[in-house]
Amino acid sequence: MRYAMVIDTLKCVGCSDCVVACQTENDVPIGYCRDWITETVSGAYPTIELELKSERCNHCDNAPCVRCCPTGASHQLDNGIVLVTGDECIGCGACIESCPYDARFQHPDGYVDKCTFCHHRLEKGQLPACVSVCPTKCMYFGDLDNPNSEVSRLLKNRKHKTLAPEAGTKPKVYYLI
Amino acid sequence: MQEELFTSGRNLPHIDPSLEIWHWPISVYLFLGGLAAGLLFFAGLITVLGKDKEYPTTVKFAAIVSPIALTLGLLALFYDLTHKLYFWRLYTTIRIESPMSWGAWVLLIITPISFLWVMSYYSELFPKWKLKFEFLNTFEKILTKNRIYMAYVLIPLSVILGIYTGILLSAFNARPLWNNAILGPLFLVSGLSTGAALIILLAKSKKERHLFSKIDLALVVIELGLIVHMLMGMAAGSEVQLEAMQLLVGGEFTVMFFGFVIILGLIVPATLELTEIVGYKIPVAIPAILILIGGLVLRFVMVEAGQITRYLY
Repeated sequence: MRYAMVIDTLKCVGCSDCVVACQTENDVPIGYCRDWITETVSGAYPTIELELKSERCNHCDNAPCVRCCPTGASHQLDNGIVLVTGDECIGCGACIESCPYDARFQHPDGYVDKCTFCHHRLEKGQLPACVSVCPTKCMYFGDLDNPNSEVSRLLKNRKHKTLAPEAGTKPKVYYLI
Repeated sequence: MQEELFTSGRNLPHIDPSLEIWHWPISVYLFLGGLAAGLLFFAGLITVLGKDKEYPTTVKFAAIVSPIALTLGLLALFYDLTHKLYFWRLYTTIRIESPMSWGAWVLLIITPISFLWVMSYYSELFPKWKLKFEFLNTFEKILTKNRIYMAYVLIPLSVILGIYTGILLSAFNARPLWNNAILGPLFLVSGLSTGAALIILLAKSKKERHLFSKIDLALVVIELGLIVHMLMGMAAGSEVQLEAMQLLVGGEFTVMFFGFVIILGLIVPATLELTEIVGYKIPVAIPAILILIGGLVLRFVMVEAGQITRYLY
């Protein structure tokens, strides 16, 4: 089991529903967020291109945050999800420095927080909050180890990319382009 | 044209618009840790070589600074934690892959030893203040007798402490400025050099001052070589590393790095030390203080500039 997320940048309209859904579902403190939208404009008129992306923790296979954590609070489950145990975290900030995606932040209570792929919802057989609310249905979630899962089939058939693959982290949030 | 912006969400405190998780306490700790490593290394080395009678400042007077520096450094580190009450979690596990875990354990061993080291010289350092309790006198005698074993332990531990202050930063592949293998040796050499500078500052005999001026001169030359190596490595690196190098060469940290670290912190004191060794009269406090300030500025520049460098956004 290796959970991954696939996001279709051609369908995303940048409505930020995923951001609000996450903040509501996970009780994210006001002023903080575990996912966010970026808008990239490239080229010069008239050949201009706009790309909208919903970004979050990439739950990397080779997670630098897990490697550098001095207490083991940052850990990776067998299903590939990277989590932080709040009461093992000392708030040293090493994982925040180690993340090329800047996906982690210090919760006002002191420990480090980030996207969990809605681990608590997956246990109940539900999809992550962001995926389930997406109005354009541009987000897909599933198991990379299963060749017949929706995410595996999309990655087989569509052109895709990951963010900052040169950082060597083997990220598991894919963007269809 | 390439323009990227956050349309929603991302306005995380201390992370956007630029990462500021690690502030002055980290820089100060890295400096004090390196300084203590240098002092303890030389104290251990001189004792193992059996020259402790000839170089009293190294083994006695300068060594008092190391437990103070370590304590202040640890307080700075503790101050920087945001989940302070859980700091003991560091000592419920050993994580081989995490430099910070290594550092925490080394500090747990080396800090008490630095206190015991000073304790072993107590009656020589403070002849007027007699210890009130007899068991403390006995304890001091035991320590004095076993000082050579402490010296054997201190040499490898201080090297690990000194090199860890650099590896702590270089292990982060997300921060291209830090992510180079030179940083460990560079911080170790810089720490040894600041240690030697403090010994020069406190030394009373000409012989001790000259020995450590020579050692410091050699260390400064090595440090300059390592800095050139670091910049060359980044200049030949990938785009993110080139951008990182440009912060130091021609960017916003150029004056701090070249002015205060390389020129005032290394080249000027090295020249002064050389002229002093050759025989000219120069107050040794000047190069020693310049080296110490240069070492501190190096830590500040690396910590602050490193956090600006990133892959995305």
